Amino acid sequence: MARYDRAITVFSPDGHLFQVEYALEAVRKGNAAVGVRGTDTIVLGVEKKSTPKLQDSRSVRKIVSLDTHIALACAGLKADARVLINRARIECQSHRLTVEDPVTVEYITRYIAGLQQKYTQSGGVRPFGLSTLIVGFDPYTGVPALYQTDPSGTFSAWKANATGRNSNSMREFLEKNYKETSGQETVKLAIRALLEVVESGGKNIEIAVMTKEHGLRQLEEAEIDAIVAEIEAEKAAAEAAKKAPSRDT
Amino acid sequence: MECVFGLLGDGFALVAADTSAVHSILVHKSNEDKVMILDSHKLLGASGEAGDRVQFTEYIQKNVHLYEFRNGIPLATAAAANFTRGELALALRKNPYFVNILLAGYDKDIGPSLYYIDYIATLHKVDKGAFGYGSYFALSMMDRHYHSGMSLEDAIDLVDKCIIEIRSRLVVAPPNFVIKIVDKDGAREYAWRESIKDAGVSAA
Repeated sequence: MARYDRAITVFSPDGHLFQVEYALEAVRKGNAAVGVRGTDTIVLGVEKKSTPKLQDSRSVRKIVSLDTHIALACAGLKADARVLINRARIECQSHRLTVEDPVTVEYITRYIAGLQQKYTQSGGVRPFGLSTLIVGFDPYTGVPALYQTDPSGTFSAWKANATGRNSNSMREFLEKNYKETSGQETVKLAIRALLEVVESGGKNIEIAVMTKEHGLRQLEEAEIDAIVAEIEAEKAAAEAAKKAPSRDT
Repeated sequence: MECVFGLLGDGFALVAADTSAVHSILVHKSNEDKVMILDSHKLLGASGEAGDRVQFTEYIQKNVHLYEFRNGIPLATAAAANFTRGELALALRKNPYFVNILLAGYDKDIGPSLYYIDYIATLHKVDKGAFGYGSYFALSMMDRHYHSGMSLEDAIDLVDKCIIEIRSRLVVAPPNFVIKIVDKDGAREYAWRESIKDAGVSAA
């Protein structure tokens, strides 16, 4: 097995590209990230691992804008993310320059995925160690979209998805609890999914909400705390209702 | 002949440009907008070779936007002006752009500013400036009537005076002009001055 993971361009006898799979491992070690698509709102959430006391947390932005109508969150190697995000931002403007149209979410996802794939089939390079969640509204139809890419360069559209640490638990939660939501309900669903795997509280979660009118808005810590409190209250009420069965016969 | 001129006022900057798209003796259209809104608080009035004008100004606009996405804050007006000049300078001795530019912007801590950038990459920070044959008339009018810190009313009045001079004294004078303004509330269209409206097809 050791002979097949040295060079990226080499298949193993049983059809694996080990470097790509190791890159996926790196993603699994990255911070948890979740994306939920509503009818008029799309929410991205990322786990904020404890910030060192002396660090200026504003310089660590995990949810970024690629264009006025497209945003991205990722899990994995943050330095690799910087490179991909930069290329994507350039492509967004380049597309606007050459065809006088903003990119669609699918186009920029295909571009990023294509870039990730290139690095699985070139000599002397390693794959990008990150998976991305890309959200946005179609510039003309206004239809919201959520896509995910991974180090192998595959991409697909999702109603809701999670990546990074404990993404399986979050995805299970979403599969059980997903329904078409809008506005604040979408935000709550995303936060509830994140809270499954992350310590509760505004300072451990970063949430950004994208709407057609206002673009990407990062929520303040206080706002997140308020919503988390709402969710905990709802949970407590549900628990109480379960424990005390109806007395009426 | 094309004409772009601009001036600084009290907390704002104005850029006016003619709106004729001309090819030899034919006027293609009289409502061509030559003052581009570069970003939320910048105007770019450009005149010159038509293809170069659109190509170059759009290229600058997209790069200004890219900077904002990469860095989370918009480019300062001075920085945008120097970037523009730099691009003109780079192309000058290879494949020059024949575009003259007046770049106006508003920065929160500096206020309004106006930059004169000509096609051979001259850059000057100015209070008032003009390009084209119309500049002979516009600059003379502004030399006579301009003073710093003009109110919007007075500044528009001066712009109108310039337009009247251009219309009446220039042999192939452009009939229509667009005036755009940038101040603390952003860059936006202020008014059109039309003496010829593109006539619609008359009913049969």
